[in-house]
Amino acid sequence: MGSNAVHCKMIRSTFTIFGAAFLCLLAGRTALAQVELTGSWTPRNHEFLTGDGLPVDFTGIPLSEEGRIRALSYSESQLEMVEHQCQGWPVFYLVQGPFGLRISSETDPLKGNVISYTIGGWEDRAPLTIWMDGRPHPSEYALHTRSGFTTGTWEGNTLVTYTTHMKAGFLRKTGAPSSDEASTTMRFYRHGDLLTILEIIEDPIYLAEPWILSRSFQLSATPQPPIGPPCVTAYEGSVGPTAPHYLPEKNPFVDEMTKKYGVPRDAAIGKPETLYPEYRKKIAPAAPVR
Amino acid sequence: MRVFFIVTLVTLLFVSAQRPAAGQNVTAPAAAATTAKASAPIDITGYWVAFVTEDWRFRMITPRKGDYQPVPMTQEARKVADAWDPAADEASGNQCKSYGAGAIMRLAARFHITWQDDNTLRIESDSGMQTRLLHFNSSLQTASSPGERTWQGYSTAQWEKPASLKIATTNLRPGYLRKNGVPYSENAAVTEYFDIAPIPGGGQVLLVTAIVDDPQYLRQPFTTSSQFKREADGSKWDPTPCTAK
Repeated sequence: MGSNAVHCKMIRSTFTIFGAAFLCLLAGRTALAQVELTGSWTPRNHEFLTGDGLPVDFTGIPLSEEGRIRALSYSESQLEMVEHQCQGWPVFYLVQGPFGLRISSETDPLKGNVISYTIGGWEDRAPLTIWMDGRPHPSEYALHTRSGFTTGTWEGNTLVTYTTHMKAGFLRKTGAPSSDEASTTMRFYRHGDLLTILEIIEDPIYLAEPWILSRSFQLSATPQPPIGPPCVTAYEGSVGPTAPHYLPEKNPFVDEMTKKYGVPRDAAIGKPETLYPEYRKKIAPAAPVR
Repeated sequence: MRVFFIVTLVTLLFVSAQRPAAGQNVTAPAAAATTAKASAPIDITGYWVAFVTEDWRFRMITPRKGDYQPVPMTQEARKVADAWDPAADEASGNQCKSYGAGAIMRLAARFHITWQDDNTLRIESDSGMQTRLLHFNSSLQTASSPGERTWQGYSTAQWEKPASLKIATTNLRPGYLRKNGVPYSENAAVTEYFDIAPIPGGGQVLLVTAIVDDPQYLRQPFTTSSQFKREADGSKWDPTPCTAK
């Protein structure tokens, strides 16, 4: 082999090595567009999102007629039933609930890319796994669970997740229902040490239009627990032979928001038109300032 | 060998040009030569309506006196709020105290966002008929002459790549975070982030995350995030003056 042949081989090898390096860099640019989400995040509970102060407070939820009927039939005494005590809340509660987030990631040991994120659970909310490896959502007939099935992608610096396959549950703890056809799109925006999650909930049965919520969390040096204390059922006395409920027009709490806060009944029962500013013109003059 | 060095040099130049510091947001200021309007990574101009899915009873109606939860108020703030007198505010010409920059994006209102010029965004509200100006060229304001304090204060703005707007506001008149007299002082500073997202099935949502920092009246920065839906036009625009009640 002559010196020219050796020289050509060396050049080819060099191009091969740097070509591979170049491709790796291009592939890595997707990762570079991401932000770090793992860690502990303390909630900024400066918005009243739980809405569980009174039995009938569905303000801010664009309920469908069917959703409203179900919501008003709900009695919180159902939670006395052993089979309901540890039912937990769906994924939506991540944004609505008062708890912080513990986000961890699982990485591919060879490629180093994130396979999944996990948002730790709490006593009444199951952990949420966000699959980042491009796997498809399962068949619509697949198992529905409390935390559902979630996939995620990056759009610039924003993590966008999509959750399906949730069990029927609640949009709000006080009885506004969610069906097993509900889905949730979440967007995770990180601005410095502040993480804001935008949540868009769709439910073709119980919502008249997508319900949009958001909440912010502060990066914390204090670890958030990856999971809450276990839920333990207990006998709380007999609730009788039927599940506690209210028949149509018989919910005794339907006017509590009006009596306590001056909120009109249409708003308290979640009529969609009450979520827009023009509804204010329909509101009777404010109650006297106390 | 020459080829080896050239390839190495090109690769290193590529890496140094592309790679931001590890673990940091990709935040690069717009090129100095271009205007804020030309370099806008998102289009937030147009009509937006508040979609009041949170804090309904604090935003759609005037909350009753003493209904302050869950604002992290200091004891001093509580005393001020307990003395809230909307009639006195009206009489003294302070009926716009709950329409200042510390609370305006939490109003149940419509907002019209336009470019006033190539480096200034203009946000108007129909409720309270307020106007905010967001200055991308912050050199217009000097520390020695910040100008008269106003309800909307002085706002500087910058694009945060890849697709966000950051606003910092100071020089405020004292105002209310809530209509029922929850106060913020003239030393309050407001930081906001504007982000846009699609709504499944059609439409866009504007997410405004606002942080009000006021050591006098707040135990910790007051953080809210509000959602607005894009509207096709201004057909529902309904200017109404400020009211204290």
